[in-house]
Amino acid sequence: MTRTHPLLAAWAWLVYAFLYLPILVLIVFSFNESRFGAEWTGFTTKWYGVLLDRADVRAALGHTLQVALLSTLVSTVLGTLTGLGLWRYTSRARAALSTLLVLPIVIPDVVMGVMLLMFYAAVRAGLERAGWTFDNGFWTVLLAHVTFQISYVALTVRSRLSGYGPELEEAARDLGASAWQSFWRVVLPLAWPGVLAGALLAFTLSLDDFVVTYFTSGSGFQTLPVLIYTNVKRGVTPDINALSTLLILVTVVAVLVANALLRPRRKG
Amino acid sequence: MTPRRFLATLGPGVLWLMAFLVVPALIMLGYSFLTRTDLAQVGSPWTLESWGRVIGYDALFQEWTGDNLRVLWRSVWVAGLSTLLCVLLGYPLAFYIARQDARRRQLLLLLLIIPFWTNFLIRVYAWIILLRPFDLVPSLTATLLGMVYAFLPFFVLPVYASVEKVNWSLAEAAQDLGAPPARAFWSAVVPQTWPGLVAGILLTFIPALGTFVVSDLLGGAKTALVGNLVQNQFGQAGDWPYGSALSFLLMGLVLLGLWAYARVAGRRGLEELV
Repeated sequence: MTRTHPLLAAWAWLVYAFLYLPILVLIVFSFNESRFGAEWTGFTTKWYGVLLDRADVRAALGHTLQVALLSTLVSTVLGTLTGLGLWRYTSRARAALSTLLVLPIVIPDVVMGVMLLMFYAAVRAGLERAGWTFDNGFWTVLLAHVTFQISYVALTVRSRLSGYGPELEEAARDLGASAWQSFWRVVLPLAWPGVLAGALLAFTLSLDDFVVTYFTSGSGFQTLPVLIYTNVKRGVTPDINALSTLLILVTVVAVLVANALLRPRRKG
Repeated sequence: MTPRRFLATLGPGVLWLMAFLVVPALIMLGYSFLTRTDLAQVGSPWTLESWGRVIGYDALFQEWTGDNLRVLWRSVWVAGLSTLLCVLLGYPLAFYIARQDARRRQLLLLLLIIPFWTNFLIRVYAWIILLRPFDLVPSLTATLLGMVYAFLPFFVLPVYASVEKVNWSLAEAAQDLGAPPARAFWSAVVPQTWPGLVAGILLTFIPALGTFVVSDLLGGAKTALVGNLVQNQFGQAGDWPYGSALSFLLMGLVLLGLWAYARVAGRRGLEELV
Protein backbone atom coordinates (compact mmCIF):
# COMPACT_ATOMS: atom_id res chain seq x y z
CA MET A 1 0.00 0.00 0.00
CA THR A 2 2.05 2.92 -1.22
CA ARG A 3 -0.59 5.34 -2.46
CA THR A 4 -0.62 8.59 -0.56
CA HIS A 5 -2.81 11.64 -0.92
CA PRO A 6 -1.22 14.25 -3.24
CA LEU A 7 -1.65 16.91 -0.55
CA LEU A 8 0.33 14.78 1.89
CA ALA A 9 3.08 14.36 -0.69
CA ALA A 10 3.17 18.10 -1.37
CA TRP A 11 3.43 18.78 2.37
CA ALA A 12 6.29 16.30 2.70
CA TRP A 13 8.27 17.90 -0.12
CA LEU A 14 7.67 21.31 1.41
CA VAL A 15 9.19 20.08 4.68
CA TYR A 16 12.17 18.64 2.81
CA ALA A 17 12.61 21.96 1.04
CA PHE A 18 12.59 23.65 4.45
CA LEU A 19 15.26 21.23 5.68
CA TYR A 20 17.58 21.68 2.70
CA LEU A 21 17.10 25.30 1.61
CA PRO A 22 19.35 26.85 4.31
CA ILE A 23 22.05 24.25 3.70
CA LEU A 24 21.98 24.85 -0.06
CA VAL A 25 22.13 28.63 0.35
CA LEU A 26 25.11 28.23 2.69
CA ILE A 27 26.93 26.05 0.17
CA VAL A 28 26.19 28.40 -2.72
CA PHE A 29 27.44 31.42 -0.78
CA SER A 30 30.73 29.69 0.05
CA PHE A 31 31.50 30.15 -3.68
CA ASN A 32 30.51 33.81 -3.74
CA GLU A 33 33.17 36.29 -4.73
CA SER A 34 31.80 39.07 -2.52
CA ARG A 35 33.33 39.52 0.91
CA PHE A 36 30.38 41.44 2.39
CA GLY A 37 26.64 41.36 2.02
CA ALA A 38 24.36 38.82 0.44
CA GLU A 39 24.80 39.85 -3.20
CA TRP A 40 26.13 37.39 -5.72
CA THR A 41 29.14 38.95 -7.42
CA GLY A 42 30.67 35.93 -9.11
CA PHE A 43 31.96 32.40 -8.62
CA THR A 44 35.17 31.78 -6.72
CA THR A 45 36.88 29.05 -4.72
CA LYS A 46 39.26 31.48 -3.02
CA TRP A 47 37.53 31.19 0.40
CA TYR A 48 38.57 27.56 0.55
CA GLY A 49 42.15 28.69 0.08
CA VAL A 50 41.76 31.36 2.76
CA LEU A 51 40.33 28.70 5.06
CA LEU A 52 43.18 26.26 4.57
CA ASP A 53 45.70 29.01 5.36
CA ARG A 54 44.17 29.72 8.75
CA ALA A 55 46.29 28.24 11.54
CA ASP A 56 43.47 28.57 14.09
CA VAL A 57 41.19 26.44 11.90
CA ARG A 58 43.82 23.72 11.59
CA ALA A 59 44.44 23.80 15.35
CA ALA A 60 40.71 23.64 16.10
CA LEU A 61 40.30 20.67 13.75
CA GLY A 62 43.14 18.89 15.58
CA HIS A 63 41.61 19.65 18.99
CA THR A 64 38.16 18.48 17.86
CA LEU A 65 39.48 15.14 16.64
CA GLN A 66 41.77 14.57 19.66
CA VAL A 67 38.95 15.21 22.13
CA ALA A 68 36.44 13.14 20.13
CA LEU A 69 38.72 10.11 19.74
CA LEU A 70 40.01 10.01 23.29
CA SER A 71 36.68 10.77 24.96
CA THR A 72 34.99 8.10 22.83
CA LEU A 73 37.58 5.56 23.91
CA VAL A 74 37.17 6.32 27.62
CA SER A 75 33.38 6.64 27.58
CA THR A 76 32.94 3.45 25.53
CA VAL A 77 34.85 1.42 28.10
CA LEU A 78 33.09 3.00 31.09
CA GLY A 79 29.68 3.08 29.40
CA THR A 80 29.89 -0.56 28.26
CA LEU A 81 30.71 -1.72 31.79
CA THR A 82 27.86 0.37 33.19
CA GLY A 83 25.46 -0.95 30.54
CA LEU A 84 26.44 -4.54 31.37
CA GLY A 85 25.90 -3.84 35.06
CA LEU A 86 22.49 -2.34 34.37
CA TRP A 87 21.56 -5.42 32.37
CA ARG A 88 22.83 -7.90 34.92
CA TYR A 89 21.55 -6.49 38.20
CA THR A 90 17.85 -6.07 38.73
CA SER A 91 17.39 -4.33 41.99
CA ARG A 92 16.41 -1.07 43.52
CA ALA A 93 19.95 0.16 42.92
CA ARG A 94 19.21 -0.20 39.22
CA ALA A 95 16.28 2.20 39.33
CA ALA A 96 18.38 4.83 41.10
CA LEU A 97 21.16 4.26 38.61
CA SER A 98 18.84 4.64 35.63
CA THR A 99 17.88 8.06 36.97
CA LEU A 100 21.54 9.03 37.39
CA LEU A 101 22.24 7.93 33.81
CA VAL A 102 19.27 9.80 32.35
CA LEU A 103 20.37 13.08 33.96
CA PRO A 104 23.23 13.96 31.56
CA ILE A 105 20.83 13.36 28.66
CA VAL A 106 17.97 15.51 29.91
CA ILE A 107 19.78 18.33 31.71
CA PRO A 108 19.99 21.33 29.33
CA ASP A 109 23.54 21.52 28.01
CA VAL A 110 23.95 25.12 29.15
CA VAL A 111 23.29 23.96 32.74
CA MET A 112 25.77 21.11 32.37
CA GLY A 113 28.32 23.55 30.95
CA VAL A 114 28.09 26.11 33.75
CA MET A 115 27.97 23.37 36.38
CA LEU A 116 31.30 21.98 35.17
CA LEU A 117 32.71 25.51 34.83
CA MET A 118 32.05 26.12 38.54
CA PHE A 119 33.29 22.66 39.46
CA TYR A 120 36.61 23.25 37.70
CA ALA A 121 36.87 26.68 39.34
CA ALA A 122 36.37 25.11 42.78
CA VAL A 123 38.89 22.34 42.07
CA ARG A 124 41.37 24.92 40.79
CA ALA A 125 40.97 27.01 43.94
CA GLY A 126 41.59 23.91 46.06
CA LEU A 127 44.65 22.87 44.09
CA GLU A 128 46.13 26.36 44.16
CA ARG A 129 46.06 26.29 47.93
CA ALA A 130 48.13 23.10 47.69
CA GLY A 131 50.56 24.81 45.32
CA TRP A 132 49.30 23.21 42.08
CA THR A 133 47.97 25.09 39.06
CA PHE A 134 46.02 24.15 35.96
CA ASP A 135 44.16 25.95 33.18
CA ASN A 136 40.99 25.01 31.39
CA GLY A 137 41.78 23.40 28.05
CA PHE A 138 42.20 19.94 26.61
CA TRP A 139 41.74 18.00 29.87
CA THR A 140 38.74 19.91 31.19
CA VAL A 141 36.97 19.54 27.83
CA LEU A 142 37.88 15.85 27.58
CA LEU A 143 36.50 15.03 31.05
CA ALA A 144 33.32 17.01 30.32
CA HIS A 145 32.71 15.15 27.05
CA VAL A 146 33.17 11.75 28.72
CA THR A 147 30.58 12.80 31.32
CA PHE A 148 27.78 13.28 28.79
CA GLN A 149 28.87 10.35 26.59
CA ILE A 150 28.82 7.61 29.28
CA SER A 151 25.01 7.61 29.53
CA TYR A 152 24.44 7.25 25.80
CA VAL A 153 26.87 4.32 25.55
CA ALA A 154 25.48 2.60 28.66
CA LEU A 155 21.87 2.88 27.51
CA THR A 156 22.71 1.68 23.98
CA VAL A 157 24.57 -1.35 25.33
CA ARG A 158 21.80 -2.16 27.79
CA SER A 159 19.06 -1.97 25.17
CA ARG A 160 21.12 -4.24 22.89
CA LEU A 161 21.29 -6.87 25.67
CA SER A 162 17.73 -6.44 26.89
CA GLY A 163 16.52 -9.50 24.93
CA TYR A 164 18.94 -11.87 26.68
CA GLY A 165 18.64 -13.22 30.22
CA PRO A 166 21.43 -13.84 32.74
CA GLU A 167 21.12 -17.58 32.04
CA LEU A 168 23.53 -17.19 29.09
CA GLU A 169 26.29 -16.24 31.45
CA GLU A 170 25.25 -18.93 33.95
CA ALA A 171 25.35 -21.58 31.21
CA ALA A 172 28.87 -20.53 30.32
CA ARG A 173 29.87 -20.79 33.98
CA ASP A 174 28.25 -24.24 34.27
CA LEU A 175 30.29 -25.38 31.29
CA GLY A 176 33.44 -24.39 33.15
CA ALA A 177 34.18 -20.87 31.94
CA SER A 178 35.76 -18.49 34.42
CA ALA A 179 34.05 -15.16 35.13
CA TRP A 180 36.57 -13.50 32.84
CA GLN A 181 36.07 -16.05 30.03
CA SER A 182 32.28 -15.81 30.15
CA PHE A 183 32.51 -12.03 29.97
CA TRP A 184 35.06 -12.02 27.18
CA ARG A 185 33.66 -14.85 25.05
CA VAL A 186 29.90 -14.81 25.69
CA VAL A 187 28.61 -11.49 26.99
CA LEU A 188 30.86 -9.07 25.13
CA PRO A 189 30.30 -10.61 21.65
CA LEU A 190 26.54 -10.36 22.25
CA ALA A 191 26.83 -6.74 23.30
CA TRP A 192 29.28 -5.83 20.54
CA PRO A 193 26.86 -4.20 18.04
CA GLY A 194 25.54 -2.08 20.92
CA VAL A 195 29.08 -1.13 21.92
CA LEU A 196 29.89 -0.03 18.36
CA ALA A 197 26.65 1.91 18.01
CA GLY A 198 27.27 3.57 21.38
CA ALA A 199 30.83 4.49 20.41
CA LEU A 200 29.60 6.00 17.12
CA LEU A 201 27.01 8.02 18.98
CA ALA A 202 29.56 9.19 21.56
CA PHE A 203 31.98 10.26 18.81
CA THR A 204 29.26 12.19 16.97
CA LEU A 205 28.11 13.91 20.16
CA SER A 206 31.66 15.01 20.88
CA LEU A 207 32.14 16.41 17.36
CA ASP A 208 28.80 18.23 17.56
CA ASP A 209 29.11 19.66 21.04
CA PHE A 210 29.42 23.39 21.32
CA VAL A 211 27.82 24.46 24.60
CA VAL A 212 29.64 22.26 27.12
CA THR A 213 32.94 22.80 25.29
CA TYR A 214 32.38 26.56 25.25
CA PHE A 215 32.04 26.73 29.03
CA THR A 216 34.82 24.29 29.90
CA SER A 217 37.50 25.18 27.34
CA GLY A 218 38.97 28.43 28.59
CA SER A 219 40.38 31.00 26.18
CA GLY A 220 43.33 29.19 24.63
CA PHE A 221 41.61 26.00 23.47
CA GLN A 222 39.09 25.92 20.62
CA THR A 223 37.23 23.15 18.87
CA LEU A 224 35.60 23.69 15.46
CA PRO A 225 32.10 24.48 16.82
CA VAL A 226 33.58 27.01 19.29
CA LEU A 227 35.63 28.55 16.48
CA ILE A 228 32.55 28.85 14.27
CA TYR A 229 30.62 30.47 17.12
CA THR A 230 33.25 33.08 17.92
CA ASN A 231 33.65 33.90 14.21
CA VAL A 232 29.90 34.16 13.63
CA LYS A 233 29.55 36.46 16.65
CA ARG A 234 32.02 38.84 14.97
CA GLY A 235 29.95 38.81 11.77
CA VAL A 236 29.42 36.54 8.80
CA THR A 237 32.62 35.70 6.93
CA PRO A 238 32.81 33.76 3.68
CA ASP A 239 35.57 31.43 4.86
CA ILE A 240 33.22 30.18 7.61
CA ASN A 241 30.75 29.37 4.80
CA ALA A 242 33.53 27.33 3.21
CA LEU A 243 34.33 25.57 6.51
CA SER A 244 30.64 24.78 7.06
CA THR A 245 30.31 23.44 3.52
CA LEU A 246 33.26 21.10 4.07
CA LEU A 247 31.79 19.87 7.36
CA ILE A 248 28.40 19.26 5.70
CA LEU A 249 30.19 17.27 3.00
CA VAL A 250 31.90 15.14 5.68
CA THR A 251 28.50 14.56 7.33
CA VAL A 252 26.88 13.42 4.09
CA VAL A 253 29.71 11.00 3.39
CA ALA A 254 29.63 9.67 6.98
CA VAL A 255 25.85 9.10 6.84
CA LEU A 256 26.12 7.32 3.48
CA VAL A 257 28.95 5.08 4.68
CA ALA A 258 27.17 4.26 7.96
CA ASN A 259 24.01 3.52 5.99
CA ALA A 260 25.83 1.19 3.60
CA LEU A 261 27.53 -0.66 6.47
CA LEU A 262 24.41 -1.03 8.59
CA ARG A 263 22.07 -2.04 5.75
CA PRO A 264 20.84 -5.60 6.30
CA ARG A 265 22.11 -8.05 3.69
CA ARG A 266 19.62 -9.14 1.05
CA LYS A 267 18.48 -12.73 1.28
CA GLY A 268 19.44 -15.34 -1.34
CA MET B 1 26.63 -11.48 41.86
CA THR B 2 29.38 -10.74 44.25
CA PRO B 3 30.03 -7.21 45.48
CA ARG B 4 33.38 -7.35 43.68
CA ARG B 5 31.76 -7.92 40.30
CA PHE B 6 29.13 -5.32 41.05
CA LEU B 7 31.91 -2.81 41.65
CA ALA B 8 33.80 -3.93 38.54
CA THR B 9 30.90 -3.20 36.18
CA LEU B 10 28.82 -0.42 37.73
CA GLY B 11 31.53 1.08 39.93
CA PRO B 12 33.60 3.13 37.46
CA GLY B 13 30.62 4.69 35.67
CA VAL B 14 28.86 5.54 38.92
CA LEU B 15 32.03 7.03 40.38
CA TRP B 16 32.57 9.13 37.27
CA LEU B 17 29.02 10.50 37.28
CA MET B 18 29.25 11.20 41.01
CA ALA B 19 32.48 13.14 40.52
CA PHE B 20 31.50 15.08 37.39
CA LEU B 21 27.74 15.40 37.77
CA VAL B 22 26.54 15.07 41.36
CA VAL B 23 29.44 16.94 43.00
CA PRO B 24 29.24 19.82 40.44
CA ALA B 25 25.47 20.02 41.06
CA LEU B 26 26.10 20.33 44.80
CA ILE B 27 28.76 22.98 44.20
CA MET B 28 26.28 24.86 42.02
CA LEU B 29 23.68 24.65 44.78
CA GLY B 30 26.24 26.15 47.18
CA TYR B 31 27.08 28.97 44.75
CA SER B 32 23.41 29.90 44.42
CA PHE B 33 23.35 30.96 48.11
CA LEU B 34 26.55 33.03 47.93
CA THR B 35 27.01 36.70 47.18
CA ARG B 36 28.72 38.12 44.14
CA THR B 37 31.72 40.11 45.32
CA ASP B 38 33.65 41.06 42.21
CA LEU B 39 33.43 40.02 38.56
CA ALA B 40 32.87 36.24 38.66
CA GLN B 41 34.04 36.20 42.27
CA VAL B 42 31.84 34.91 45.04
CA GLY B 43 31.97 35.02 48.82
CA SER B 44 29.98 35.32 52.00
CA PRO B 45 27.53 36.33 53.31
CA TRP B 46 25.19 33.49 52.53
CA THR B 47 21.98 34.91 51.12
CA LEU B 48 18.69 34.09 49.41
CA GLU B 49 19.05 37.07 47.07
CA SER B 50 19.65 35.04 43.90
CA TRP B 51 16.64 32.88 44.56
CA GLY B 52 14.58 36.01 45.18
CA ARG B 53 15.58 37.29 41.74
CA VAL B 54 14.57 33.98 40.21
CA ILE B 55 11.01 34.46 41.42
CA GLY B 56 10.91 38.05 40.21
CA TYR B 57 12.34 40.31 42.92
CA ASP B 58 14.89 43.00 42.06
CA ALA B 59 18.58 42.63 42.85
CA LEU B 60 18.30 43.99 46.38
CA PHE B 61 15.27 41.88 47.25
CA GLN B 62 13.26 45.05 47.91
CA GLU B 63 10.56 45.13 45.29
CA TRP B 64 8.79 42.52 43.22
CA THR B 65 9.20 43.46 39.54
CA GLY B 66 8.48 40.14 37.82
CA ASP B 67 11.36 40.73 35.37
CA ASN B 68 12.64 37.21 35.48
CA LEU B 69 9.19 35.67 35.26
CA ARG B 70 8.65 37.52 31.98
CA VAL B 71 11.77 35.92 30.50
CA LEU B 72 10.63 32.58 31.85
CA TRP B 73 7.19 32.96 30.33
CA ARG B 74 8.72 33.96 26.98
CA SER B 75 10.98 30.87 27.07
CA VAL B 76 8.06 28.56 27.74
CA TRP B 77 5.86 29.92 24.99
CA VAL B 78 8.67 30.17 22.42
CA ALA B 79 9.54 26.52 23.16
CA GLY B 80 5.86 25.59 23.09
CA LEU B 81 5.20 27.38 19.81
CA SER B 82 8.22 25.83 18.11
CA THR B 83 7.10 22.41 19.36
CA LEU B 84 3.64 23.01 17.92
CA LEU B 85 5.15 24.00 14.56
CA CYS B 86 7.27 20.82 14.65
CA VAL B 87 4.09 18.79 15.18
CA LEU B 88 2.35 20.51 12.26
CA LEU B 89 5.31 20.04 9.93
CA GLY B 90 6.54 16.67 11.14
CA TYR B 91 3.48 14.58 11.93
CA PRO B 92 2.19 14.43 8.32
CA LEU B 93 5.77 13.90 7.13
CA ALA B 94 6.13 10.79 9.33
CA PHE B 95 2.97 9.36 7.71
CA TYR B 96 4.18 10.17 4.23
CA ILE B 97 7.51 8.39 4.82
CA ALA B 98 5.88 5.38 6.48
CA ARG B 99 3.51 4.82 3.53
CA GLN B 100 6.25 4.58 0.88
CA ASP B 101 7.78 1.36 -0.41
CA ALA B 102 10.97 0.14 1.24
CA ARG B 103 13.46 1.74 -1.17
CA ARG B 104 11.90 5.19 -1.11
CA ARG B 105 11.42 4.99 2.64
CA GLN B 106 15.11 4.28 3.08
CA LEU B 107 16.00 7.27 0.91
CA LEU B 108 13.60 9.65 2.64
CA LEU B 109 14.89 8.64 6.06
CA LEU B 110 18.43 9.21 4.87
CA LEU B 111 17.45 12.72 3.74
CA LEU B 112 16.06 13.32 7.23
CA ILE B 113 19.15 12.01 9.01
CA ILE B 114 21.64 14.16 7.09
CA PRO B 115 20.46 17.47 8.64
CA PHE B 116 20.07 15.65 11.96
CA TRP B 117 23.77 14.74 11.89
CA THR B 118 24.95 18.07 10.57
CA ASN B 119 26.60 20.17 13.25
CA PHE B 120 24.02 22.10 15.27
CA LEU B 121 25.91 25.38 15.04
CA ILE B 122 26.18 25.13 11.26
CA ARG B 123 22.44 24.55 11.00
CA VAL B 124 21.76 27.67 13.04
CA TYR B 125 24.38 29.64 11.12
CA ALA B 126 22.79 28.64 7.81
CA TRP B 127 19.68 30.57 8.84
CA ILE B 128 21.71 33.75 9.34
CA ILE B 129 22.89 33.44 5.73
CA LEU B 130 19.37 32.72 4.50
CA LEU B 131 17.50 35.39 6.49
CA ARG B 132 20.02 38.23 6.37
CA PRO B 133 18.80 39.60 3.01
CA PHE B 134 15.29 39.85 4.48
CA ASP B 135 16.53 41.85 7.45
CA LEU B 136 15.12 39.22 9.84
CA VAL B 137 18.21 38.68 11.98
CA PRO B 138 17.91 39.33 14.88
CA SER B 139 14.21 38.74 15.48
CA LEU B 140 11.83 36.45 17.29
CA THR B 141 10.66 35.05 13.95
CA ALA B 142 14.21 34.03 13.14
CA THR B 143 14.56 32.35 16.56
CA LEU B 144 11.36 30.39 16.00
CA LEU B 145 12.40 29.32 12.49
CA GLY B 146 15.83 28.32 13.77
CA MET B 147 14.37 26.28 16.61
CA VAL B 148 11.86 24.44 14.43
CA TYR B 149 14.63 23.74 11.95
CA ALA B 150 17.11 22.55 14.58
CA PHE B 151 14.71 20.29 16.47
CA LEU B 152 12.43 18.97 13.69
CA PRO B 153 14.44 15.76 13.08
CA PHE B 154 14.32 15.03 16.85
CA PHE B 155 10.55 15.15 16.53
CA VAL B 156 10.08 13.24 13.30
CA LEU B 157 12.30 10.22 14.10
CA PRO B 158 10.41 8.93 17.19
CA VAL B 159 7.05 9.75 15.58
CA TYR B 160 8.04 7.85 12.46
CA ALA B 161 9.04 4.85 14.59
CA SER B 162 5.53 4.62 16.00
CA VAL B 163 3.72 5.45 12.71
CA GLU B 164 5.61 2.61 11.03
CA LYS B 165 4.11 0.16 13.53
CA VAL B 166 0.52 1.36 13.01
CA ASN B 167 -1.95 -1.45 12.36
CA TRP B 168 -3.95 -0.08 9.43
CA SER B 169 -6.54 -2.86 9.52
CA LEU B 170 -8.01 -1.08 12.55
CA ALA B 171 -8.68 1.97 10.39
CA GLU B 172 -10.22 -0.22 7.69
CA ALA B 173 -12.41 -1.88 10.30
CA ALA B 174 -13.57 1.54 11.52
CA GLN B 175 -14.47 2.53 7.95
CA ASP B 176 -16.29 -0.76 7.40
CA LEU B 177 -18.33 0.09 10.44
CA GLY B 178 -19.32 3.38 8.81
CA ALA B 179 -16.78 5.90 10.16
CA PRO B 180 -15.81 8.63 7.68
CA PRO B 181 -12.05 8.60 6.85
CA ALA B 182 -11.22 11.54 9.12
CA ARG B 183 -13.03 9.92 12.04
CA ALA B 184 -11.36 6.56 11.38
CA PHE B 185 -7.95 8.26 11.32
CA TRP B 186 -8.60 10.17 14.52
CA SER B 187 -10.04 7.25 16.51
CA ALA B 188 -8.13 4.28 15.14
CA VAL B 189 -4.76 5.60 13.97
CA VAL B 190 -3.78 8.62 16.08
CA PRO B 191 -4.06 6.73 19.42
CA GLN B 192 -1.59 4.15 18.10
CA THR B 193 1.00 6.87 17.47
CA TRP B 194 0.54 8.45 20.89
CA PRO B 195 3.81 7.11 22.47
CA GLY B 196 5.91 8.41 19.56
CA LEU B 197 4.04 11.70 19.52
CA VAL B 198 4.60 12.36 23.23
CA ALA B 199 8.27 11.33 22.96
CA GLY B 200 8.73 13.64 19.95
CA ILE B 201 7.06 16.57 21.69
CA LEU B 202 9.28 16.10 24.73
CA LEU B 203 12.45 15.74 22.65
CA THR B 204 11.58 19.04 20.96
CA PHE B 205 10.27 21.01 23.91
CA ILE B 206 13.09 20.24 26.36
CA PRO B 207 16.02 21.30 24.16
CA ALA B 208 14.00 24.28 22.93
CA LEU B 209 13.46 25.38 26.52
CA GLY B 210 17.13 25.09 27.41
CA THR B 211 18.82 26.44 24.29
CA PHE B 212 20.83 29.61 24.22
CA VAL B 213 22.61 29.18 20.90
CA VAL B 214 19.60 29.66 18.63
CA SER B 215 18.25 32.71 20.45
CA ASP B 216 21.76 34.10 20.89
CA LEU B 217 22.62 33.99 17.18
CA LEU B 218 19.17 34.60 15.68
CA GLY B 219 17.19 36.42 18.36
CA GLY B 220 19.23 39.26 19.79
CA ALA B 221 19.01 40.86 23.23
CA LYS B 222 15.33 41.77 23.12
CA THR B 223 14.21 38.16 22.78
CA ALA B 224 16.50 36.67 25.45
CA LEU B 225 15.39 33.33 26.89
CA VAL B 226 16.31 31.66 30.20
CA GLY B 227 19.27 29.97 28.49
CA ASN B 228 20.63 33.38 27.41
CA LEU B 229 20.13 34.72 30.91
CA VAL B 230 22.16 31.83 32.33
CA GLN B 231 24.92 32.27 29.75
CA ASN B 232 25.08 35.99 30.42
CA GLN B 233 25.62 35.45 34.16
CA PHE B 234 28.67 33.34 33.35
CA GLY B 235 29.87 35.74 30.66
CA GLN B 236 29.46 39.51 30.68
CA ALA B 237 27.42 39.88 33.88
CA GLY B 238 29.77 37.66 35.88
CA ASP B 239 27.11 36.86 38.48
CA TRP B 240 27.62 33.18 39.28
CA PRO B 241 25.18 32.97 42.23
CA TYR B 242 22.28 34.31 40.14
CA GLY B 243 23.33 32.09 37.21
CA SER B 244 23.33 29.05 39.51
CA ALA B 245 19.85 29.76 40.82
CA LEU B 246 18.59 30.26 37.24
CA SER B 247 20.19 26.96 36.21
CA PHE B 248 18.30 25.18 38.96
CA LEU B 249 15.09 26.78 37.77
CA LEU B 250 15.75 25.57 34.22
CA MET B 251 16.62 22.09 35.46
CA GLY B 252 13.46 22.06 37.58
CA LEU B 253 11.31 22.90 34.56
CA VAL B 254 12.88 20.10 32.53
CA LEU B 255 12.46 17.56 35.31
CA LEU B 256 8.85 18.68 35.69
CA GLY B 257 8.28 17.96 31.99
CA LEU B 258 9.86 14.52 32.36
CA TRP B 259 7.79 13.80 35.44
CA ALA B 260 4.64 14.67 33.51
CA TYR B 261 5.77 12.37 30.71
CA ALA B 262 6.47 9.55 33.16
CA ARG B 263 2.94 9.98 34.51
CA VAL B 264 1.57 9.54 30.99
CA ALA B 265 3.90 6.87 29.65
CA GLY B 266 5.05 5.06 32.78
CA ARG B 267 8.61 4.38 33.87
CA ARG B 268 9.21 1.99 30.98
CA GLY B 269 8.28 4.78 28.63
CA LEU B 270 10.94 6.98 30.22
CA GLU B 271 13.57 4.30 29.73
CA GLU B 272 12.57 3.85 26.10
CA LEU B 273 12.71 7.57 25.48
CA VAL B 274 16.45 7.76 25.98
